[in-house]
Amino acid sequence: MKYTLNVNGQSRTVDVAPDTPMLWVLRDHLDLVGTKFGCGIGECGACMIHLDGVPTRACMTSVSSVGTTKVTTIEGLATNGRELTPLQNAWIDLDVPQCGYCQSGQIMTATALLRDKPKPSDADIDHAMGDHLCRCGTYSRIRAAIKRAAGLTAGGEVAQ
Amino acid sequence: MNTTALPASLPRRDFLKLTGFAGGGLVLAFHLRPGANALAADNAGGDFSPNAFIRISPTGAITIVSKQPEIGQGVKTSLPMIIAEQLEVNWKDITIEQGDLDQKYGGQSAGGSTSTPNNYDNFHLLGATARTMLVQAAAQTWSVGAAECRAANAAVHHSSGRSLTYGQLAAKAATLPVPAREEVRLKDPADYRLLGRRITGVDNTKIVTGARLFGLDVKLPGMLYAVYVKCRAFGGKVVAANLEEIKRRPGVKDAFVLAGTSDVKGLVPGVAIIADSTWAALSARNRLEVTWDEGSVAHESWDTFVAQARATAGQPGARQLRKDGDPEGALARAAKVVEAEYVYPFISHANLEPQNTTAHWRDGVMEIWSPSQNPGSGAAIVNRVLGIPPEKIKFHLTRSGGGFGRRLSADFVIEAAAIAQKVSAPVKLTWSREDDLRHDHYRPGGLHFLKGGVDANGKIIAWKNHFFTFGQGGNPGSGGSLNPDEFPGRWIANYQAEQTMFDTGWPMGPWRAPGSCVFAWVIHSFIDELAHAGGRDPLELRLELLGDRDEMPASGGGGGGKGGKGGSGGGYNVARMRNILKFTAEKAGWGRKKFPRGQGAGLAFHFSHRGYIAQVAEVTVSKDGKLKVDRVVCGCDIGAQVVNLSGAENQVEGSIVDGLGTLLTQELNIERGRVVQSNFHDYPLIGFPDAPVKIETHFLKTNYPTTGLGEPALPPVAPAVCNAIFAATGKRVRQMPLSRVDLRWA
Repeated sequence: MKYTLNVNGQSRTVDVAPDTPMLWVLRDHLDLVGTKFGCGIGECGACMIHLDGVPTRACMTSVSSVGTTKVTTIEGLATNGRELTPLQNAWIDLDVPQCGYCQSGQIMTATALLRDKPKPSDADIDHAMGDHLCRCGTYSRIRAAIKRAAGLTAGGEVAQ
Repeated sequence: MNTTALPASLPRRDFLKLTGFAGGGLVLAFHLRPGANALAADNAGGDFSPNAFIRISPTGAITIVSKQPEIGQGVKTSLPMIIAEQLEVNWKDITIEQGDLDQKYGGQSAGGSTSTPNNYDNFHLLGATARTMLVQAAAQTWSVGAAECRAANAAVHHSSGRSLTYGQLAAKAATLPVPAREEVRLKDPADYRLLGRRITGVDNTKIVTGARLFGLDVKLPGMLYAVYVKCRAFGGKVVAANLEEIKRRPGVKDAFVLAGTSDVKGLVPGVAIIADSTWAALSARNRLEVTWDEGSVAHESWDTFVAQARATAGQPGARQLRKDGDPEGALARAAKVVEAEYVYPFISHANLEPQNTTAHWRDGVMEIWSPSQNPGSGAAIVNRVLGIPPEKIKFHLTRSGGGFGRRLSADFVIEAAAIAQKVSAPVKLTWSREDDLRHDHYRPGGLHFLKGGVDANGKIIAWKNHFFTFGQGGNPGSGGSLNPDEFPGRWIANYQAEQTMFDTGWPMGPWRAPGSCVFAWVIHSFIDELAHAGGRDPLELRLELLGDRDEMPASGGGGGGKGGKGGSGGGYNVARMRNILKFTAEKAGWGRKKFPRGQGAGLAFHFSHRGYIAQVAEVTVSKDGKLKVDRVVCGCDIGAQVVNLSGAENQVEGSIVDGLGTLLTQELNIERGRVVQSNFHDYPLIGFPDAPVKIETHFLKTNYPTTGLGEPALPPVAPAVCNAIFAATGKRVRQMPLSRVDLRWA
C-alpha cells in the first residue's frame, strides 16, 4: 500500500504493508534512524515521535493509522535543520548521554513537556518522563537538562 | 609513569620482544616507529602522521583516532583528550574518528574497565611525541634551538614572537625521525588545560539530532534485513521448519536453517529469515513453525537448583576455596552467631539497543559493522567458525547502545556473518527484544550460606560461606567464581569459603563488575548483620576489620598492594581502602545525623577493577514498604588523574542507578532451560521514579595510576542501600530483587 505522510514538514510517500509500525517506516524506508527500536511493545520510549505534537510511540503506531497527522521526529526538532532547540543544547551542555541510545526518545517527550509546561516541577518531570527507560541511568542529568532548558536551574556547567 | 622506556641502542627486534610483555607498550612498538620517519607508506597528501592515532594535514585539520569501542563509557571522548592535552591543540578544533579493528592500534577490547589504565600512559606519549616533532620542525625551520620554542593552540611559538601553525609544520614534521622516549617531555600535570575538566561527549550533537551512529542504524546499498530464530530452550537444534511457506511471505527473500555449533555462546542453531525490510522479516517470523530438539537443558530449572542448594548447604562444598584457623571452634565460642542465606537470580544485560550486526560477504571478504565491545573476538569467531582468514575480515566499529559486558560476546557477530555468507547482498541482523532477553549470556545467579560469629566485644572472629554457583564443563560462568582472596578472607582469623557449582547448559557471560556486582552485596550486608549483632557501629567495625596494615598481598604472591589487577580480591591496598572509607563517611556526615524511624543510612565499600570505592546511602521506607533512595554519597579513589570529570561522574551516577536497578526489580526465571520473561513489561528496568534523588560523587586524588570507572562504582550500592533499609526498618534484605521482599513496618 502507498501512504503519503507529512514527516517533519515534508511530504513523503512509502509503499509498505498497512500494519507496518511507523518505527520501521521511519528507520528502514525514510532513513530517519533517530527514532530507535528498543522493545517493540511500547515499554521503553526509545521510539517516541510526535503526531500533531502529541508524544506517541512509533513502535505501536501503524502507518495506516497516521493519515494526515503531522509526524515530527528527532530529526525535525532543529529549525532549518540547523538551529538546535534549547533542550537539545541543554542535553549537549550537561553531557546527558552515556550510550545515547534512548536520548532521542527522551528529548521528544521532554520537548512536549516544556511546550505544555514551560516551568515544570519535579513532579511534572517524573510524570512526563516516568515511562522512559535509560539503561545507562542518566535520569538525574535528564532532569537537570529539562530544568536548564526551562531556565529553572543551571546544573553543573560542562565545557564543550 | 610506567611506560616502557626504549634504550636508544636497543635493536628494533628486541624492542618488539621487550614491549610485548609490557601490555600497552606493544601499541607504542607498532605506532611510534622509533627511528623511522613519520612519512607512512599510506600517507597521502603530506599529512603529518607520526603514529596511527594522530593526523595533521597541511590545511591544519587535526584528527585523532579513537580505537576503543564506545559503549557509553565515554572513551571516545576521554582517551583522545589525553592525546590532545599533550599535543597542545584546541579541543573544539579537532576531529575524533572511530577506528576500525586494526592491529596497528593494539588491543581494542572495551571490558574490565581497562580502556583507561591500558592506554593512559601510551596516549600521553603519543601526543607528546607528535608535539615534540612539531617543535623540532619549527626549530629547524627557524634554525633555532627547540628549547626556545613552545607549543600552544596547535602552533609552535618562538621567543622572538614568530609562530607557525601545526598545519604549516605538518609537511616538515613528516620528514623527521620519530624521537626516542628519552627525547620526549611529558607535560607537568599542573599545566593540564583539558584533563580533569568536564568535557561533553564528542557524539552528543549527533545523538540529540538523531544522526546515523549506532549499529542498528547501519544501512548499505541493496541491504537486506534478517531475523534469526533460536530455540527457546538453550542450545536446542532445528529438526524441521516450514521454510517454503515462509519464503512465500511478503517481502521475504530467503529462509534457511543454520546448523550452528555446540558452543552455547557461539553460533547457536536456528532459522534465518531474510527480507526486504525489518518489518517483513518480523512479520514472516510470526508464521514460522519449527520443530526443535531441545536436548537435556530442557530439564534444568532455577527452582530445582535452589532446592538442591538448600538441601545440601550443610554438607561440605565441592571445592574448598580457603580455610584459615578454626571456624567451627570459633563459632562455638562466639558470643553471638548469625546464620543467613543470601540469594540473587540470573539477570540480563538488557542493552537498550538490541544485539545486531550488519555483514557483507563479497569476493571472499567478510565485511562487518557491529556495535561490539570486543571486535577482536568477533573477527576470531568468524575466522574459527566460517574458516575465513583474518586478513579477509574487515571489522567496522559502530557506536554501541550500551555494553555492560554483553557485547564482549560475539554470538550476534557470527550469526550475521554466517547468514551473510548465504546471501548475495549486505544483510543486517536485528534481534528482537525477546531474542535479546531470552538469548543473553546471563549474569549467573547464586546462593551464599553464611555463618558468622562475634566475640563479647563485637569483634568478628568467625566467617563461613558455602557458595553455590553455576557454570559449564566444570568452570563457573563469568563472575561466578569467588576469589579465595576475596575480602574479608585473610582479615578474619577463622575463615572458610567453599564453592559448589551446578553444571548447566545456560549461557553466562560478564555482567558489569562480574562477581563484584553481587559479592559486595553479600559480604557487606553480612558484615552489617554482624555489626548489629555485636552492637557495633558499621563504619567503626569495618575500620577495625581492615586493621592497621597498609597492604594485603595476594595469596599467590601476584597482584601486590599497588591496586591489584581487575576483578576482585587478590592484592589489596588496605590503606587506600581505609582512606576512601573514612573520606566517604566524612563527606556523607556518617554518624552525625539522627534519622527518624523509617529513615536510615547504610554504607559499603568494595575494591574491583583497580578502583577503591565506598558509598553511603540514605533511604526512606514508608510504612507500607515503599523505598525511596534519598541520597547516595560515593567516594572514589581511581588514582592520580580524573580524565574527563563529566564522563567520570556519568559513570559513577550510571553505575549507582544500574546497581540499584538490579537490586530493585531485575530477575529472570529460568524454567526447563528457557527464560520465562520476554520484554520490559515482565523484566522492568529502573525508571525515573526509582532513581536516587541525589547522587554526590567525590574523587580522592592519590598517587596511583589512573584507572577506569565503567564498573567499580557499581558493587557498593546494593549493600549500602540494604544496610540503610535495615537501619530504617530493622528489616534485613537477603534476597534480590527487592520486589520480592516485604518492607512494610509498623
